[in-house]
Amino acid sequence: MSIGTEKTAESLHEIRALIAKHKRWDQIFIVVGIVCLMVGIIAFSALFLSMVWHGWDRLTPEFFTNFPSRKAEQAGILSAWVGSILVMFVTALAAVPLGVAAGIYLEEYAPKNWITDIIEINVTNLAGVPSIVYGLLALGVFVYALDLGRSILSAGLTLALLILPVVIVATREAIRAIPVGIREGAYALGATKWQTTRDHIIPYSSAGILTGVIIGLARAIGETAPIITIGALTFIAFLPPPPLASTFPFVSFEWLMAPFTVMPIQMFNWVSRPEEAFQVNAAAAGIVLVVMTLLMNGLAIWLRYRMRKNLKW
Amino acid sequence: MAAVPHFADLPIKASVDDLDFFYRDFKALKKINMPIHEKRVTALIGPSGCGKSTLLRCFNRMHDLYQGNRYVGEIRLYPDNVNVLAEGVDPIEVRMRISMVFQKPNPFPKSIYENVAYGLRVRGVNRKGILDDKVEEALRGAALWEEAKDRLNDLAFNLSGGQQQRLCIARALATDPEILLFDEPTSALDPIATASIEELVTDLKSKVTIVIVTHNMQQAARVSDFTAYMYLGELIEFDLTDTIFLKPTNKQTEDYITGRFG
Repeated sequence: MSIGTEKTAESLHEIRALIAKHKRWDQIFIVVGIVCLMVGIIAFSALFLSMVWHGWDRLTPEFFTNFPSRKAEQAGILSAWVGSILVMFVTALAAVPLGVAAGIYLEEYAPKNWITDIIEINVTNLAGVPSIVYGLLALGVFVYALDLGRSILSAGLTLALLILPVVIVATREAIRAIPVGIREGAYALGATKWQTTRDHIIPYSSAGILTGVIIGLARAIGETAPIITIGALTFIAFLPPPPLASTFPFVSFEWLMAPFTVMPIQMFNWVSRPEEAFQVNAAAAGIVLVVMTLLMNGLAIWLRYRMRKNLKW
Repeated sequence: MAAVPHFADLPIKASVDDLDFFYRDFKALKKINMPIHEKRVTALIGPSGCGKSTLLRCFNRMHDLYQGNRYVGEIRLYPDNVNVLAEGVDPIEVRMRISMVFQKPNPFPKSIYENVAYGLRVRGVNRKGILDDKVEEALRGAALWEEAKDRLNDLAFNLSGGQQQRLCIARALATDPEILLFDEPTSALDPIATASIEELVTDLKSKVTIVIVTHNMQQAARVSDFTAYMYLGELIEFDLTDTIFLKPTNKQTEDYITGRFG
């Protein structure tokens, strides 16, 4: 009896020593993890704070309502933010139907075979193609072959191609998150594929799809290279024609073909000037761009939270 | 159950004839032959992996949803004597005639009303008056009307697990199916909800032919008129439930029923 107790105490001691030794790795990883996390957070904060430091004073209402100008103090981002919003609008309008339809097809309709596998791999790879390559493609196809010029339409379509893989992947992931039971439940009632897709798959995956679309747009709004490639690096001191007209048919699509500039290009423009005052303008525009991106990401998170509340499974 | 005459005299709703089923190269069902009697409850029992759910899912061609599945043999549906597994028969047509209730309650993330109405909407019924009547009838049939009538526009997820399963039964009933398939309908439910579903199954057989898969032998004994015992993809024994449970002919069936195996 006493021997047995002794042995238990001894082995218990060993077990505790062993656990303590293994737990040391938890401690080590916590430190490593925090350091890794900080590298990212500190780098971004430093960048952002430095921009705020330099550019904060330029963020006056006039900065948003003035066109670019030779005089740094009078220069503003009106044509840039209007251009960015219009280009994003075209991008979303083109990328959402294409990406969502492609994602639904791949997930719900495509037969599972090697051709589908190759397409899937390629879609994923497309997300990794350098954006300037999309710019070159767009220059050849949209600007010259289709003769759309250096317009909002060309830029929007280019960025739509760029974010298409993001939208497709987000759509597929959102669809895959729908439980098999829901899908089988619809089919068991005699629904066709299309009825199941229209009444169930699309509504239940829309939160995830929307999140993916916004994340894609947040990436597109900061893209510079493909836009420069299609030749939009110009001085724009006017707004595109308004989409609403006072005479019949009351809507106008002229703005689609208008020359334009966007936020990152305006920044790039100012950064490449030698005068110090334009660097301040670039910093101020940078703050606006970062805030736009963060707001879009915030909107994505909020939408996901709102729309998921009604989906419990 | 004493009221059930010898089963050879009962009308047959469906018959399984020499049915084999393959998941790619794996033969999951081997030469299954059995009748499904009209307006009776037929239970499929057997240990896990015996093929009882696989057999059930042949009746409404659920296996067609996935690639690489293959049927050999027939399931004939009467009185029109059509083989529901035939290539030329559209699985959607089959599913419109044969409804299914699943293992885990799977209401759509929609209102109670829309859940029940969905089968009708799929069939192009959109008139509010007709839908209202049918929804009420189905909910009454599933013993859910009293609990649900004041909250038809509530989300189905706000119902309890047992209520959700009865909602799924109502959804399946709303389209007046000829056969109702139950795939272990109480395995995700507590004993009280289980009892209410069992009572419902017993009530429903006056209206519809029922096939139920269950891993719970007491449940099969309580609710079914006929029982099929399956093992490793084969139908070992099919008979009146009383016969299966009281004097099975096959030794394997007896071992499973008495708990010596399984």
